[in-house]
Amino acid sequence: MKLATGSHTGTGAWLLQRATALGLAVALPGLILYFLATWPSDFAGWQALFAPRWSQVLIMLTGVALALHAWVGMRDIFMDYVHPTGVRLALYLAVILTLAGSVLWLAAILFDVTSGSTA
Amino acid sequence: MAKRPVYLDLLHVHLPLAGWVSIMHRISGALLFVTLPLGVWGLSVSLSGEDGFKRITDCLSQPLPRVLLLILVWALAHHGFAGLRHLALDVHWGVGLRCARQTSIAVLMATGLVTLFAAWRLFA
Repeated sequence: MKLATGSHTGTGAWLLQRATALGLAVALPGLILYFLATWPSDFAGWQALFAPRWSQVLIMLTGVALALHAWVGMRDIFMDYVHPTGVRLALYLAVILTLAGSVLWLAAILFDVTSGSTA
Repeated sequence: MAKRPVYLDLLHVHLPLAGWVSIMHRISGALLFVTLPLGVWGLSVSLSGEDGFKRITDCLSQPLPRVLLLILVWALAHHGFAGLRHLALDVHWGVGLRCARQTSIAVLMATGLVTLFAAWRLFA
């Protein structure tokens, strides 16, 4: 029988957490410096930060890495502190929905699928 | 022999410095997770048009949102620095007691500096 604890999937999750941590350790300071260095004073300037294709792709990749990283982290926290299996699985589901929703929302914002404008 | 499993009373456990860095790494990570959707929402509003942009910048000029922003800066800085320390421990760098204590202090100081700088930019 497969264990509902998730503890048998440890090595893959551990590796995913470390790989995304390394990616984020490079991407996040880079993005923060990019934003601080070109800090805009108006809406047009703010919009322009998200206009270049490389900026959209980099932010999107960072968002995906962040979601995967947060998933492993929240999963570890719940495995440690929430012992009833049903409650823990419900919390896992809530985390997955929150993260997947955030990533899809970010994609919609960056690539503006709703209005088709150049934001 | 005590009945297993044994649950420790967390309020009476004495944590060494590295333990505090570790538990704060957890707390800051959970905090960042909770505020992630809020950040995406803010980004969405700020890019929705002139009005939305003004709503977000007006909001972020208030004291309370700025305090929240400062807490997030602390969380990101601590999570990042403590995370780098954990990555170093993974490759068995700095696992000695003395070195582990020194890198814990370094994490706390680096986080403190970043947070102080952010506080200065936000409130001074």
